[in-house]
Amino acid sequence: MSSKVIDAPRSNSAETPKYKRNKSSHSSFEMVAWLFMRVSGVVLVVLIFGHLFVNLMLGDGIHAIDFGFVAGKWSSPFWQIWDLAMLWLAMLHGTNGVRTIINDYAERNGTRMTLKTVLYIASAVIIVLGTLVIFTFDPCPAGAVIDLPSFCPVP
Amino acid sequence: MWSWVGHRITGVVIFVFLLVHVLDTSLVRVSPEAYTAVIGAYKNPIMGLGEAALVAAIVFHAFNGLRIIAIDFWKKGPKYQRQMLWTVLIAWVVVMVPFLIRHLTIVFSNFFGGH
Ligand code: HEM
Repeated sequence: MSSKVIDAPRSNSAETPKYKRNKSSHSSFEMVAWLFMRVSGVVLVVLIFGHLFVNLMLGDGIHAIDFGFVAGKWSSPFWQIWDLAMLWLAMLHGTNGVRTIINDYAERNGTRMTLKTVLYIASAVIIVLGTLVIFTFDPCPAGAVIDLPSFCPVP
Repeated sequence: MWSWVGHRITGVVIFVFLLVHVLDTSLVRVSPEAYTAVIGAYKNPIMGLGEAALVAAIVFHAFNGLRIIAIDFWKKGPKYQRQMLWTVLIAWVVVMVPFLIRHLTIVFSNFFGGH
């Protein structure tokens, strides 16, 4: 037996002298994305379980959901921020997850690029739309008559 | 292996639903009538079963996601990954049973019980 020490995988060894894994020009995007999946996952457990519990379990559950229900929630900054954080984290987490899946299965370069372009456009549209809706929402729209929250002035 | 397949499939299913769910919620910006009409579709029994399946997928993805995180960051995670998979499945049943009883009661009693 030789007493040769085995280098760590892909380190700059005699066998692979050109492989420099500590080069600072190397992008850390994939590592940040990997970490983001885990951090956002933990936060999403709290946000999504809270969302499902309040909307489906409390009161009359899904039966109670109408325009007035949403208006009542979004008249409070607490639920605006909650839903905004949930929207951004879930969309970024889901988009990055689907990006991984596309990279895994779409083997032709063109297919991969096309699918990812569609993915990014769809995600951007949904994130912008959702954010605008949360912040430009009017709980008592002029002319509306049904399902208004109780705090709206009587027409 | 199967937990990984399950995690992938539930991840994509939840993502597709989320795209639709942001669109339907955006109708609050159109008019109360438009929102209430579309959300009414979520209240019939067929959709109620779909929502149950969706929550089942989210709860599995969430618990198995926490297991993946534990495998990656906890020193003994890889050693206990199999026990943690059982924990995930048991926790999934423990959460889903009360959820299903409550949600399906609301959906079915309101649909057949009047209004
Ligand atoms: C409820 C809390 C959640 C937790 C704890 C969680 C956790 C995780 C973790 C740890 C991964 C693995 C990432 C990796 O292997 O690098 C992952 C992947 C993924 N997640 Fe989630 N996630 C959650 C919610 C969501 C939501 C709401 C969506 C959809 C919008 C989603 C979609 C995905 C997708 C598509 C993948 C990629 C699956 C794959 O590459 O095999 N997740 N999730």
